[in-house]
Amino acid sequence: MEAQVIQFFQWFWNLFGLWDLVWSFVAPAWPLIWTLVKIIAIVAPLMIGVAYFTYAERKILAYMQVRVGPNRVGYYGLLQPIADGIKLMFKELIVPIRSNKFLFAISPVIVLAPALAAWSVVPFSNGMVLANINAGLLFILSMTSIGVYGVIIAGWASNSKYAFLGAMRSAAQMVSYELPMGFALVCVLLAAQSMNLTDIVNGQQTNAGLFGWYFVPLFPMFIVYFIAGVAETNRAPFDVAEGESEIVAGFHVEYSGMGFALFFLGEYANMILIGGLTTLFFLGGWLNPFHGWGVIGVYTDMVPGLIWMLGKMFFILFMFLWFRATFPRYRYDQLMRLGWKILIPFTLIWVVVVAAWMQTPYWVWSSVQG
Amino acid sequence: MAMNVETLMFYLLSAMAVLAALQVITSRNPVHAALFLVLTFFSMAGVWLLLEAEFLALALILVYVGAVMVLFLFVVMMLDINLERLRVGFWKWFPFAAVLAVVLLVEMVMVLGSAKTAGTGMTGGTGAHVITHAANYSNTKELGRLIYTEYVYAFELAAVLLLVAIIAAIALTHRHRAGTKSQVHAAQIQVKRNDRVRLVSVTSVAKAETAKK
Repeated sequence: MEAQVIQFFQWFWNLFGLWDLVWSFVAPAWPLIWTLVKIIAIVAPLMIGVAYFTYAERKILAYMQVRVGPNRVGYYGLLQPIADGIKLMFKELIVPIRSNKFLFAISPVIVLAPALAAWSVVPFSNGMVLANINAGLLFILSMTSIGVYGVIIAGWASNSKYAFLGAMRSAAQMVSYELPMGFALVCVLLAAQSMNLTDIVNGQQTNAGLFGWYFVPLFPMFIVYFIAGVAETNRAPFDVAEGESEIVAGFHVEYSGMGFALFFLGEYANMILIGGLTTLFFLGGWLNPFHGWGVIGVYTDMVPGLIWMLGKMFFILFMFLWFRATFPRYRYDQLMRLGWKILIPFTLIWVVVVAAWMQTPYWVWSSVQG
Repeated sequence: MAMNVETLMFYLLSAMAVLAALQVITSRNPVHAALFLVLTFFSMAGVWLLLEAEFLALALILVYVGAVMVLFLFVVMMLDINLERLRVGFWKWFPFAAVLAVVLLVEMVMVLGSAKTAGTGMTGGTGAHVITHAANYSNTKELGRLIYTEYVYAFELAAVLLLVAIIAAIALTHRHRAGTKSQVHAAQIQVKRNDRVRLVSVTSVAKAETAKK
């Protein structure tokens, strides 16, 4: 890919006979430029994805509640997210009096930045990854654990009781659900014997197709990870941090315009990230679900891995919306009870079960590194 | 010394760490101090990454930034601290604190200056003792291997210490207090209709009136 791009520019500038001159300027900075191009290739589709995920949410929720949803701007309301974006850009930024101006301004950035940074280690297809690092899983965990600061700081800097209550709730919630999430991922890295995300996906490649993915041996962990993922992103039914009916809108109640939009972007980027990670860890990433299934397997193997990856992500994200339409909000004490008294002990036991299982001949998943 | 990108990053990160650490002890607002401590952790994680200790660096962010400091902030934000009252008795305790600071400083210099510490000490050390590894070298695996073989006793001892601390913390806070209300979930789940609802046969008004006539 990189070579083709360079070749194209060489052909282009050679039309004017300037290639050598241009390259002498560009060559020292080329690795930097190429990385920037890759970052844009990840972030730009992600932002468009976020915009249309909000549209999908409104449409799907509407149909589930026998409504029509947005249908005025563009065909079937398809331009609605763009209209919303423009509206938010032109809205007045209101900073509450006696708030902490600097922290108030920086907290939306702290929510959004780790949500984007985590994407740098996510492989979209075999080899299609910005940074293929060995401790990828740990990097993801640490990045997602930073996002909570944006929420806490926003709540504190707003100097508003609702915002503060929302921040306190969300801090407790995100710290509690990080633990079962971490233990679920410990099971995954036990099974894959690697923290590299590409290795984790390749460890799920068997001739059994979708029955070889880690959601089969680690099914309880798949469920726990997904529940924890919904809780980490502060989504219904775990959205006590926002809780419209109790504390107005929680931590971002004082934000308007682009400040609010950044929180919104961060929340949805995190949801898409959880969708992508669930796919990578438990649903075989870019692997073909019919691989090794005779004729079907041979034909479906021709579909590029990126399509499978995105298809699985859509499925998980649809589940997010489905949950929101189906379940009532958890009460705060029930939320804490579920996290500390059910999920954490359960995952702790399952880590031991998986470790013991791997010592027996009944563990049929081979590891990548042997 | 060639000024490559890594050296530049090192000076940038360590300067940030030192400045943030200074702010931790000088800023008036305790919430700001806690946030500066987070920044210090971040910068140190960056320095550790430069030393190819990626597991430790990410664990520092995950554990200290992602969990410990969140709970710290949680508590600090809820405190209503009177800054005037904090400064009472500052000069009374100053000599004691100064002696303590000097002792700590001497200790630090002795450790960093000794020949055993990595690098060649304070005199012209280049830090060239850091061994660089190939890209597929797994720091995590190596660390795990060492912890569970060579340092297994120390590691288990630390684990037991933490367990004792956990039990102690729970035992201290989890006293039974009279008059508190809490839910018994098992009882709530096992509730039957007959425990809550009683069907009473009431004759309707219309019927009663026709019966009267």
